[in-house]
Amino acid sequence: MLTFDKVEIVQGDFSLSADFSVPVGAKVSVIGPSGAGKSTLLSALAGFVPVTSGRILWEGADITKATPADRPLAMVFQDSNLFPHLTVAQNVGLGVKPSLKLTAQEHTRVAEALARVGLNGFEARKPAALSGGQQSRVALARVLLRDKPVMVLDEPFAALGPALRVEMLALMVEIAEERGLTVLMVTHDPKDARQLNGSTILVADGIAHAPVPTGPFLDAPPDVLRAYLGG
Amino acid sequence: MAERVQPVSLSTLGGAAVVALLLVLTLGTLGAVAWRAEEVSALSRNDWSAVWFTLWQAAVSAVLSAVCAIPVARALARRQFWGRGALLTILGAPFILPVIVAVLGLLAVYGRSGIVSDTLVWAGLEPVSIYGWHGVILAHVFFNLPLATRLILQGWLSIPAERFRLAQSLGFTSRDIERHLERPMLREVLPGVVMVIFLICTTSFAVALALGGGPKATTIELAIYQAFRFDFDLGKAALLGLVQFAICAVLALVSLTVSVPSGQGAGLDRVVPRNDGSKVLDGFAIAVVALFLITPLAMIVAKGLPGLPDLSPSILGAAWRSVWVAVSSAALTVLMALALALLAMKWGRGVEAVGYLSVAASPLVIGTGLFILTYRWIDPVLLALPVTIVVNAAMSLPFTLRALSPALRQVEEDYGRLATSLGLSGWTRLRIVVLPRLRRPLGFGAGLAAALSMGDLGVITLFADPSRATLPLALYNLMTAYRMEQAFAAALVLLVLSLTLFWLFDRGGRVDADV
Repeated sequence: MLTFDKVEIVQGDFSLSADFSVPVGAKVSVIGPSGAGKSTLLSALAGFVPVTSGRILWEGADITKATPADRPLAMVFQDSNLFPHLTVAQNVGLGVKPSLKLTAQEHTRVAEALARVGLNGFEARKPAALSGGQQSRVALARVLLRDKPVMVLDEPFAALGPALRVEMLALMVEIAEERGLTVLMVTHDPKDARQLNGSTILVADGIAHAPVPTGPFLDAPPDVLRAYLGG
Repeated sequence: MAERVQPVSLSTLGGAAVVALLLVLTLGTLGAVAWRAEEVSALSRNDWSAVWFTLWQAAVSAVLSAVCAIPVARALARRQFWGRGALLTILGAPFILPVIVAVLGLLAVYGRSGIVSDTLVWAGLEPVSIYGWHGVILAHVFFNLPLATRLILQGWLSIPAERFRLAQSLGFTSRDIERHLERPMLREVLPGVVMVIFLICTTSFAVALALGGGPKATTIELAIYQAFRFDFDLGKAALLGLVQFAICAVLALVSLTVSVPSGQGAGLDRVVPRNDGSKVLDGFAIAVVALFLITPLAMIVAKGLPGLPDLSPSILGAAWRSVWVAVSSAALTVLMALALALLAMKWGRGVEAVGYLSVAASPLVIGTGLFILTYRWIDPVLLALPVTIVVNAAMSLPFTLRALSPALRQVEEDYGRLATSLGLSGWTRLRIVVLPRLRRPLGFGAGLAAALSMGDLGVITLFADPSRATLPLALYNLMTAYRMEQAFAAALVLLVLSLTLFWLFDRGGRVDADV
């Protein structure tokens, strides 16, 4: 279980509080008006933004002070998920060992992860030679190898067209279900949230609310979200 | 930021060591020279006239360069012509051109037996002489007119093309365009341009050494050199060094109030075609500046080629010495710049200021200070080349740092979180993320440092030992001995070596670099 225990994040005028739990294996969308602090919530979870007070716990262990790499989560960023000067295999291999000094067995694992996301034989290519969808697949392959129980996505696949985005979300959900991963995904599009088909955290007016089932929530959104979604 | 909190690492230690080294080099050496001075000698009338000449010639050079650059930049901004790209490249070249080579080229054109004088004599007039204050200013304009042109051209190209189209559709005349679009831009850009050139000319040494001298054309740097070399008056040298530091400090404060152009904006290849202005005048401006820049260099090539086979072994030895001095100096510059930039990411940008201190420092004071600090233990003659390497590296550091530091911040901004989330830290992060992403600025910075060091005629002039002369010093000695044929050949070698070194390093940073 992932727990935000009376977490407060204060940055100048901005403040955000979160006090709730997310069960293991949950698929959670984080939604809310621009600037409300969706990304800040996930950044605090990932260790990029310090928590002012309160604790973040994973399975009972306090991870509030852990370094980003030591936390039980793998990140997918909005863009720049790949290093352009490294090959596909190297980009994925970073998920195994940051030093990139891989054993033969680890190289095999890289190849298997690439195969899982449908990129057989793409090892030697550079990101510039890939389409946007293929780049997202590489990022997912790396998440597979990082072998962390939580997957955190900050407006992922934002650069992709609608059809491709649906496809990538589906692949992401498949992978998460195979591995029993807990998913937290920031999105500004209710369609993404519906496709994820789990629960939703509303971030608005300085509060990250506890997750509630997505379908009913989006069918009757609160006023603050209705204004943002535009009807 | 949370992701930058790390225990004291090797890079912090390295950065701190570089900061300490630079402080010793710039401030420590000045202190050492002052400390060794037997008595504090007051500045004489000649010294004050050197201070006055330094400021006066720098102001004239800066204003002249900027004013002459305006029509050239305007012509380049609105005309597309054959050879425009080549001309832009040439406008970038003087920065890495060895000063002494350019001086020799200018002598071949404007000197007593140069083309201009020959023509005047042929027409029955008196020949001109380039020695003196006007020669110093001519050389400074030669070096800085191209820089001014590039900076002002950037200003012109920063005016959106839509504005010119709008002006055309509103029926603006050239005069209207000038008033509404161009003058506001120039008001913004020119103070910075004048400022930069003024600063460059204030610390000028090689030009003044070769063309100036005497009570009417001695810069502070030259006066420092004379105080060491001829009078060994350390007190006076230290005092002059302090005056130079003070002037540069004031200039630095003033430059905070004007926006100094970065000079690194890309995309000078864009032209906004317009039908205003006179094509003839634009063509004239371009032709004059092209002739002004190309003729001296063409003279080096033309007069240098015949002498190449007869180059003496001592010149070739000096060339070889210069190459490894330049390469070592470039390596040191890049290491220092990288260490400083990395430290600045942790401790804040104030750290970088230390890297810019050498702009105000006198290489001659640094060199002498190092001797004073070490001569008890090490034979000064052995130190000639190591000191040259270190001083050249410190003098190139501001330029390399300026290329490297923004690039490093960009890498951290773009990939910092990704790298941190993957557990990349310390040396691994440097090896896998930072260095590959910085290849271009590293190559460019190393090329710049190598070319600057290759052509430098500064601290090495303190050493008379011919067995340790660098190529610029050997060339200067040939010139003062009036062995012109050898001098031109040596200048050609120096020119080719400087440009080649820059090209090799810069190229090394570009090939196979994925964007």
